[in-house]
Amino acid sequence: MTSRLPVRKTYKLFVGGSFVRSESGRYDRIEGEPSAVNIPRGSRKDVRDAVAAARKASGGWAARTAYNRGQILYRFAEALESRRADIGAPADEVGEAIDVLVHYAGWTDKFQPVLGGINPVAAPFLSFSVPEPTGVVGVVAPDEPALLGLVAELAPALAVGNTVVAVLSNGRPLPGLDLGEVLGIADVPGGVVNLLSGRRAELVPALAGHHALNAIVDASADAELGAEIDKLAAESVTRVRHAAPTRSYTDATADPLSRLEALTELKTAWHPVGA
Amino acid sequence: MIRRLPHVDRVGIEERAATLGKRSIKTSAKEQGIRLAVSMVDLTTLEGSDTPGKVRHLCAKAVCPAPTMPEIPSVAAVCVYPSLVGVAREALDGTGVRAASVSTAFPSGQASLDVKLRDTEDAVAAGAEEIDMVISREAFLAGDDARVMEEIVRVKDVCGDAHLKVILETAELGSYDHVRHASMLAMEAGADFIKTSTGKAASGATPGVTLVMLEAIRDYVERTGRVVGMKAAGGVSTSKAALHRLVLVKETLGDEWLTAERFRIGASSLLNDLLMQYQKTQTGRYARPEDFSKE
Amino acid sequence: MATQEQRTSITWDYAPAPESPEHVRLRDSYGLFIDGSFVDPGDGTRVASVNPATEEPVAEVAFAGPGDVRRAVQAARAAQAGWAALSGLDRGKYLFRVARLIQERARELAVVESMDGGKPIRESRDVDVPLAAAHFFHYAGWADKVSYAMGGRTVEPLGVAAQIVPWNFPLLMAAWKLAPALAAGNTAVLKPAETTPLTALLLAEILQEADLPPGVVSIIPGDGATGSALVREPDIDKVAFTGSTGVGKDIQAALAGRGIPLTLELGGKSANVVFEDAAIDQAVEGIVNGIFFNQGHVCCAGSRLLIQESVAETVVSKLWSRMERLRVGDPLDTNTDVGAINSREQLHRIEALVASGEEEGAVRRTVSCSLPDRGFWFAPTLFTDVAPAHRIAAEEIFGPVVSVLTFRTQAEAIEKANSTPYGLAAGIWTDKGSKAFEVAAALQAGVVWQNTYNHFDPSAAFGGYKESGFGREGGMSGLRPYLRVTR
Repeated sequence: MTSRLPVRKTYKLFVGGSFVRSESGRYDRIEGEPSAVNIPRGSRKDVRDAVAAARKASGGWAARTAYNRGQILYRFAEALESRRADIGAPADEVGEAIDVLVHYAGWTDKFQPVLGGINPVAAPFLSFSVPEPTGVVGVVAPDEPALLGLVAELAPALAVGNTVVAVLSNGRPLPGLDLGEVLGIADVPGGVVNLLSGRRAELVPALAGHHALNAIVDASADAELGAEIDKLAAESVTRVRHAAPTRSYTDATADPLSRLEALTELKTAWHPVGA
Repeated sequence: MIRRLPHVDRVGIEERAATLGKRSIKTSAKEQGIRLAVSMVDLTTLEGSDTPGKVRHLCAKAVCPAPTMPEIPSVAAVCVYPSLVGVAREALDGTGVRAASVSTAFPSGQASLDVKLRDTEDAVAAGAEEIDMVISREAFLAGDDARVMEEIVRVKDVCGDAHLKVILETAELGSYDHVRHASMLAMEAGADFIKTSTGKAASGATPGVTLVMLEAIRDYVERTGRVVGMKAAGGVSTSKAALHRLVLVKETLGDEWLTAERFRIGASSLLNDLLMQYQKTQTGRYARPEDFSKE
Repeated sequence: MATQEQRTSITWDYAPAPESPEHVRLRDSYGLFIDGSFVDPGDGTRVASVNPATEEPVAEVAFAGPGDVRRAVQAARAAQAGWAALSGLDRGKYLFRVARLIQERARELAVVESMDGGKPIRESRDVDVPLAAAHFFHYAGWADKVSYAMGGRTVEPLGVAAQIVPWNFPLLMAAWKLAPALAAGNTAVLKPAETTPLTALLLAEILQEADLPPGVVSIIPGDGATGSALVREPDIDKVAFTGSTGVGKDIQAALAGRGIPLTLELGGKSANVVFEDAAIDQAVEGIVNGIFFNQGHVCCAGSRLLIQESVAETVVSKLWSRMERLRVGDPLDTNTDVGAINSREQLHRIEALVASGEEEGAVRRTVSCSLPDRGFWFAPTLFTDVAPAHRIAAEEIFGPVVSVLTFRTQAEAIEKANSTPYGLAAGIWTDKGSKAFEVAAALQAGVVWQNTYNHFDPSAAFGGYKESGFGREGGMSGLRPYLRVTR
């Protein structure tokens, strides 16, 4: 039997629902199966474009019903399940990532009564507090586990209605880039998730320092980078959460409320009661 | 004096309009509905690049939209700028299709009242049988209802025998409360028809807006006995949308209102979609857009 | 040359737009769904389920006898420990599968619901079936988050739940019952209503397709005797009932002394209150939706219309015009607004109460629409000059009949609205927010709709005050009745 000459994959960034090359044209070469591959070396301008795409998508994503967001996240899980073989990560890890998506799909219409509620103020007003999405969330994905660590930060951000710009692991970006392809089939609207490969040292400062970013989740476990993020975020009062890389499904779902709450803004409203 | 707006609940009105969009119009009802919709079209061209040649082609299409399907009626009117309404009138003479003109510094209305009246007089003198004017949104948004009404009264005055449609430009008014209020102002000032939009703004005769205006007409007619018509313009570009508007008319005002004397659809590309859908009812096949001339 | 179309108006009738039942896969005969399979009734009977619009049989079903009921409860007990031992994630995954399968088979379920029960296809297609899928989806997501609904307390499922559902929203009520019970780790025996077993049986097929472990759910149609046997079974841990207040009281009495948790969702005589500062046209739409949706076969129907006197004449006039445009007829026609009455018995009950209204001196108006010769039909009806003491103002009619009363002040409206042993729902129509909230706070009703009516969501708790029942379905509150706190 003659062996077939395979068609090799070109890895691209995932921005605004499209697969694009880095505007800088640069690349890095990294290990892969069966051979080394070229991946886009994202630039500050790619970060700018990704944030713009995330911002553009954020109104529509937040305006969908919670039920609809839950259905889309569940479909993301369905899509990842059907593409298990294509994701360059160990099978167990992919299984746990799918389960994390299923877990957070179930939070979209439940975090509101848990985090919000009625405030029994001492005056004739109906006062209620509603957790709303903060807007555009940056994610610094960990090196290990490359897929699960990314999904564990994406899922809660999306569940509460945010859009995301994620900077993938330096050394292991392939599972994240593969995830972009899964998003393409999963009914997730363009711009809701944006995935950038490249060098963390170049991309993260651009992201953290972007004034249109509402929050950033740093799962890099790099203390120096973390401090730099803190300083840049301070320029525009961007919310920062430092998190250890998520190692397992149990980890990802042990304290979901902290992950969800960190990416919401609580709005309190008052209305008089009395004709 | 601070105006008192009527109350329209947006969620409620949009639910009702959407539910009526679920009416299933099939077979004979669909054929009849499409022919009815054609008879209600004000075939429109309002471009800076319009010329007498273009208008003449449009008039020919208006009179006989589909030579291969002679049961398709003429449309109700052709609607053009004042500079071309003379051409239209001549081309349409004796056909039963009316020559309509926009006026009052269409589409913005941002000109002096004198200029707007002169614009109208010119159109009428050139042969316009129907005038589509715009209300002053500038006055409306400033809360000056009296001036909004005054302008309508003055324009109606110079229309002579021509019937007057008053365009509210609903996309610019703010809310359904405002749409309903503007509808009442226009009717009380003497409008023969109230019309949603110029077709030049962000949105036009959405189902919700159309329903609000039909309800306003219903209540006005019940209170005064004077019949005022409605023209849905802007955004009605498919047969499905046109039939939806007809359902709104039927279920708000009744079958007596299903006539070009009381309901019009301002459109340009809609006509061909009506013809294509009609052809499908006759042949069972989806047609090609190119089968029907643009003008 | 085109024809010269006359400018005069035409009559434009909608042509029949029947939803075809051709794509529906119904068996000729269904057994009882016990322990994961369809089985013949042991000591039960076989009965034809009839289409109330045509009086024709749709399919044959089995009614469970006491022995069958016992078998179902045993199967539920045998499966319960294993079901509860699964991770919440896994229970959730089964329920997510069910939700997705309902969505896939949505059209078929909607058609069968309309054929079996008489409701318009537009409602079963756009309300019943999508909400049923949404309930399973919502509670699938709770299965692994139960402690968050319980304030961090440690909880466990109750065990075997006996659940009885009514004929007005057969599939939806089955979803309201099963989804939270299963998510919480209970197993269930569900008894669908006598006249509407079919969609529950299709749901049983869906549970099989989802590979739900056998015994976790059994579905056993039957009549009042079946339900009575079920609640008297010794080995159940929970009873949930939706139906008439009369039967609810019987069940509550039957459980006396047994210490079995109970939730009841019973009847109502809900007040729909229209203030003079309401958006009147939308209020009229809300009134229509409140009492003619599902032919008025709704526990929370807005059957008492309380109108502020200053706008009463206007509202009644607009309401009447609107009622006359309602399209009553074939439930499978997509243009039908009001379908058939569910059964001959229910039709007689409605007719008797309406007759009492006329005898007691209220003024009756019934829309003049033609009704089919076969089937059970009642034309939408409006009563004015109604006094609060009239039977039509006090008793639940459960049909397309609205009784109008007037009020002068807000205080009077509240007092009248609350003067009933029922307390399920209420509607408030006003554009003044502070009034909407103040009146809502004062009404003794478990569900208050402000400027809308008959809206439901899996995340929003639903249930009654007083004799409309106790316990809630939907949201966190719908989960709690299926759990016990261990410490």
